[in-house]
Amino acid sequence: MGETTEALLQARGIFKNFGHVRALRGCDFDVYPGEVVAMIGDNGAGKSTLVKILAGVQPPDEGEILFEGRPVTLSDPTAAQRLGIETVYQDLALAPDLDPAANLFLGRELVKPGILGRLGFLDTATMHEKTRTAFKNLGAGVQSETDSVASMSGGQRQSIAVSRAATWANRLVIMDEPTAALGVVQSKAVIELIKRVRDQGIAIVIISHNMPEVLEVSDRVEVLRLGKRVARFRTAETDMDALVGAMTGALVQEDA
Amino acid sequence: MAELTEQEQAVADREAEAESDSSRKGWKQALTDSTAFIFLALLGMLIAFTVLRPEAFASVNNLRNIAIAASILLVLSIGQTFVITTAGIDISVGSMLVFSGVVASMVMAEVNGGQGWTAVFVGTAAAVLAGAFWGLVNGLLITKAQLPPLIVTLGTFGGVLGFAKVLTGGINLRTVPDELVNTLGIGRLFGVIPWIVILALLITTIAGIVMRFTRFGRYTIAIGSSEEAARRVGINVDRHLLKVYLVSGVLSGIAGMMSLARFTNTTIQGHDTDNLQSIAAVVIGGTSLFGGIATMFGTLVGVFIPTTLQNGFVILRIQPFWQEVAVGAVLIIAVYVDQLKRRARDRL
Repeated sequence: MGETTEALLQARGIFKNFGHVRALRGCDFDVYPGEVVAMIGDNGAGKSTLVKILAGVQPPDEGEILFEGRPVTLSDPTAAQRLGIETVYQDLALAPDLDPAANLFLGRELVKPGILGRLGFLDTATMHEKTRTAFKNLGAGVQSETDSVASMSGGQRQSIAVSRAATWANRLVIMDEPTAALGVVQSKAVIELIKRVRDQGIAIVIISHNMPEVLEVSDRVEVLRLGKRVARFRTAETDMDALVGAMTGALVQEDA
Repeated sequence: MAELTEQEQAVADREAEAESDSSRKGWKQALTDSTAFIFLALLGMLIAFTVLRPEAFASVNNLRNIAIAASILLVLSIGQTFVITTAGIDISVGSMLVFSGVVASMVMAEVNGGQGWTAVFVGTAAAVLAGAFWGLVNGLLITKAQLPPLIVTLGTFGGVLGFAKVLTGGINLRTVPDELVNTLGIGRLFGVIPWIVILALLITTIAGIVMRFTRFGRYTIAIGSSEEAARRVGINVDRHLLKVYLVSGVLSGIAGMMSLARFTNTTIQGHDTDNLQSIAAVVIGGTSLFGGIATMFGTLVGVFIPTTLQNGFVILRIQPFWQEVAVGAVLIIAVYVDQLKRRARDRL
């Protein structure tokens, strides 16, 4: 379970309250370099809250985050991005009126060389070219880089969001239920996309309610329940019953 | 055998359905490309008035009058386009125009007794700074105090005009250098094209390039399209919105100088409806009131529609008040089309 290698990202004893709601109660989490780890748990287990903390969207009330063993403060999403961590949110966070290339480079636009660049003129041609290449390398099924995202299907939007994360992340991509809103065929395409991102050596945290999907794509599984990590599994050594048991509290690991 | 024909029938039905679907789509596409549509409407108006009164309407003199009448509103509407593209609104443009003109006139009165090019340059700087100041106030209240743009600029709409009246005691100032009046006010390039029109078109062109080709324009559209998406990728949304309201203020300041040049006084009473006229022009032109879709060319067309109608009705001796009715109707249709477009899109 990576005892020999150092964890890429670790959460230690994270607490987070929203008013009277105790979303996280001393939660731990580990991601090792280059692995796909599934974060599972029933509704209200604290998955989304933990993701927001790992992505730098919200600060924890208590506890620490270690990146390659060093404590880090993720005060905002750009702090996480500087460490090479990108997040694909459930709502995708795309600008629907812009095209896929503009979304892929949003906030990181390339400008033309020289004086025009100083004035902020965009190098649209290069951005389109690089977007085409990114989509091709990842096998993302996006037909056009120039139509607005609003005119595209849910699967294509998801592919754009995943491709954007994979383009900029060099260490870790966090995905919050990437297939929850998709049909069977589109889900399969996104799963294939996730595998290709993994093949580039980028670690992936995937949150999912879909157990067959978790078993198919992940190397490890970490289970949250009531704001704490309650179990850890190697995917190859577990099955659906064990996962569901851990999620519902029927199965408890003492050393999790 | 019967089964086969049934299947064939089903296939034929599906094909027919697909065909009518795609033809309907093409027709809808043309209708919902609102800028092209509104441009055709403007052309239609120009042709209609020309056919009805060729010698009076289509004369160089009259077309020049239309362009002059539109130029000040055009500059205000360009700033308004940036603001509306971020899904904001600026009700205070007319008041910032008046305030800038008042400050400029007062400052110019102190330079060479209000005459000469030095006075013009100092006055222009004062007008731009005055507009920038109020634009900044709007922007800070919207981003730092997190108040809705409608309320903030409604407040400054009244307040800034109030300040202008306090400064002048409510009486129009008339200190405007002859050098300004003879150039920007009534001067023409080659004796044909008024400088005031050239300035307005130059600003429109620059704004169009900025919106379409630069990072500033890209962020403006992105924030209007999804503020949350812009924030999550690390765009400094507050700083950008501050700049956008600043641009609106600066352009109102320039418009204030144009107004001084053209009317040779501070026209304190003349700009109460500039805000609504500029918003109407922007929306009629095809910029989305809900943000994320911008067209400077559309704004240009949107400014010319009311002006052309007004001019044409006067020439045709139709009561010019009908212009107000017509513009109101066009505005409502424009927003309706915008909403249809969004609904069609969100269904996908």
